[in-house]
Amino acid sequence: MSILPQLAFVLILGAAGFILTKRIKFLRRNILLGKAETRNDQHENRWKTMLLVALGQQKMFKRIVPAFLHLLIYVGFLVINLEVLEFVLDGILGTHRLFAPFLGSLYTVAINVFEFLAVAVLVSCVAFLIRRNVMKVERFNKPELKGWPALDANTILVVEIILMFAILTMNATDQILASRGDEHYPALGTLFFSNLIRPLFEGMSDGALVFIERFAWWFHIVGILAFAVYVTYSKHLHIFLAFPNTWYSNLKPKGEIRNMPEVTNEVNMMLGIASENPSAPPAEIGRFGAKDVNDLSWINVLNAYSCTECGRCTSECPANLTGKKLSPRKIMMDVRDRAEEVGKSLDAGGPGFEDGKSLLGDYITKEEINACTTCNACVEACPVNIDPLSIILQLRRYVAMEESGTPAQWNSMFQNMETSFSPWKFSPSDRFNWSEKVKEEEMK
Amino acid sequence: MAEMASNGQSPEVLFWVGCAGSFDERYKAVTQAFVKILNKVGVSFAVLGPEETCTGDPARRAGNEFLFQMQAVANIQVMNAYEVKKVVTACPHCFNTIKNEYPALGGNYEVIHHSQFLQQLINEGKVRLQGGGEFKGKKITFHDSCYLGRANDVYEAPREVIKALDVELVEMKRCKTKGLCCGAGGAQMFKEPEQGKKDINIERTEEALATGAQAIAVGCPFCLTMMTDGVKNKEREADVKVYDLAEMIAKDMGI
Repeated sequence: MSILPQLAFVLILGAAGFILTKRIKFLRRNILLGKAETRNDQHENRWKTMLLVALGQQKMFKRIVPAFLHLLIYVGFLVINLEVLEFVLDGILGTHRLFAPFLGSLYTVAINVFEFLAVAVLVSCVAFLIRRNVMKVERFNKPELKGWPALDANTILVVEIILMFAILTMNATDQILASRGDEHYPALGTLFFSNLIRPLFEGMSDGALVFIERFAWWFHIVGILAFAVYVTYSKHLHIFLAFPNTWYSNLKPKGEIRNMPEVTNEVNMMLGIASENPSAPPAEIGRFGAKDVNDLSWINVLNAYSCTECGRCTSECPANLTGKKLSPRKIMMDVRDRAEEVGKSLDAGGPGFEDGKSLLGDYITKEEINACTTCNACVEACPVNIDPLSIILQLRRYVAMEESGTPAQWNSMFQNMETSFSPWKFSPSDRFNWSEKVKEEEMK
Repeated sequence: MAEMASNGQSPEVLFWVGCAGSFDERYKAVTQAFVKILNKVGVSFAVLGPEETCTGDPARRAGNEFLFQMQAVANIQVMNAYEVKKVVTACPHCFNTIKNEYPALGGNYEVIHHSQFLQQLINEGKVRLQGGGEFKGKKITFHDSCYLGRANDVYEAPREVIKALDVELVEMKRCKTKGLCCGAGGAQMFKEPEQGKKDINIERTEEALATGAQAIAVGCPFCLTMMTDGVKNKEREADVKVYDLAEMIAKDMGI
């Protein structure tokens, strides 16, 4: 037998590996465009969160129908990828169904399981396509999904359907050949699902069947490799990044906003309080708040790359629900798009962050961040613990402290607080006046 | 507080009144109701009075970290000087800020929300309810405040307090972790909303009215304002009232 297919396979595998390595380096560098932040405490809690939320899909089940369909695809993805190991070894060694002789009847059971999952994935993907394109579920039809994001989502679903169909086709033709006594194809016993489509191929010649079987095999494995590369360009990265993303979840109470120690030093100086480290040199103070991706924490950028644009955040956002421009999903998409833009520019020897653009202004407007009620609905809704609120607040800090560009009414509130220590303009000496009425009543 | 301290007394708990509790005409009634309950039960408490300032919550959330820390550091200095150990407040924003954000600036206290405090008083039998009084058997819905619920996972205490009144607690479509904001958080209380199709408090009020409740219970001064405005906007103020939990308990106790 010719060694050519083996050579071709190894070449394709090598090429995929090479491109993937390059892509992973690119993504890693982009994520690390964000500022350093250490979040390595509470290991036990972090592993638990990752197991429950990423592996266990805990938060997906707040919406039962999509959660169930998604679970089928997820389990299908995990389990069918076991078969890919055999595909790769067969490809390199020039064998066919390498594991069949070792596993015996167990192999048939395994293939039946794979086929069942392939059908489940197929059905789920069709259901998802219907939800997106026919039922037009609202969260999939928001303005930020127009164009590439919608195409990306549909592409993934269609490709998965074709890949699953390739498995079934391969098994069906393979077993027809086996039943005709071709010794290259081991008979596996009944394969329930591929049996159903066998009539499509029964009348064909051996040659045609071998061609279709080989075509389906190559299509499936090359398709998977191509898909792996495609994922790095797509919102579909969540299949990997959901794991580190949940590990690095914010485990503090959601209401707590991160303190800015660089401000504390100045406040202490103004109030004449000795700083805790008076001898320490003043920290390198960059910007207050965030104007661009490099002002955010790397975890914010990891969040952005982990987002699969499901829009559960946006569909729970009170601002978005009532027609404001803010969409937490768009915030995450903007951070990722900006990181990609800067990353590409840096790789091409371009200006990177110095391109005259910035996250705030060119991607996210003040109108959007000003609409946020900091209610944490988006944070609560995210199935992989992304925190859009953290980004919104850092942008607000930049606007307030670097640009003095907050809305006029907020500036009045600031003034009231500075002069009368309350957001409203009341005399501080009147703070206790409410007690008069209680005293009066209790005197009676 | 100053008075007690000068007499060498140290109260069991500091009642953090907050700006709305001190100045808002409607919300002062909540402060008064809560204080009447504390007095009736005989809780040893103090307030800071003119020594209290805004916690800084709206400043921090509007992005002005300097102003927030100025307020926070000043408050922490005062509370530490009085050696405050335990704080109770009716405002979830003050609650969240003092509980979660003051520790990073040197203010470490046990902080509880008045819904939790009331629940404790009821459980301990210190607050004896008279079977709901005017609320008995009525349909009441509870609006979760973001800074109590999602921000700090307090969902049950306010509900337990309401249930103690022998009423029918009805839930809105979006409640607990899925509760919809009243629209005032994140310093929105202090500015007009951005342009949109609808105001958030109207959306939330419609949900509350859809339960058929005769009263909407809240545990936050901003929510109280927003829901009250919403009910007025829907011209239902004659048959649907908005109350704070403390007011409902005080009414039942006949004080």
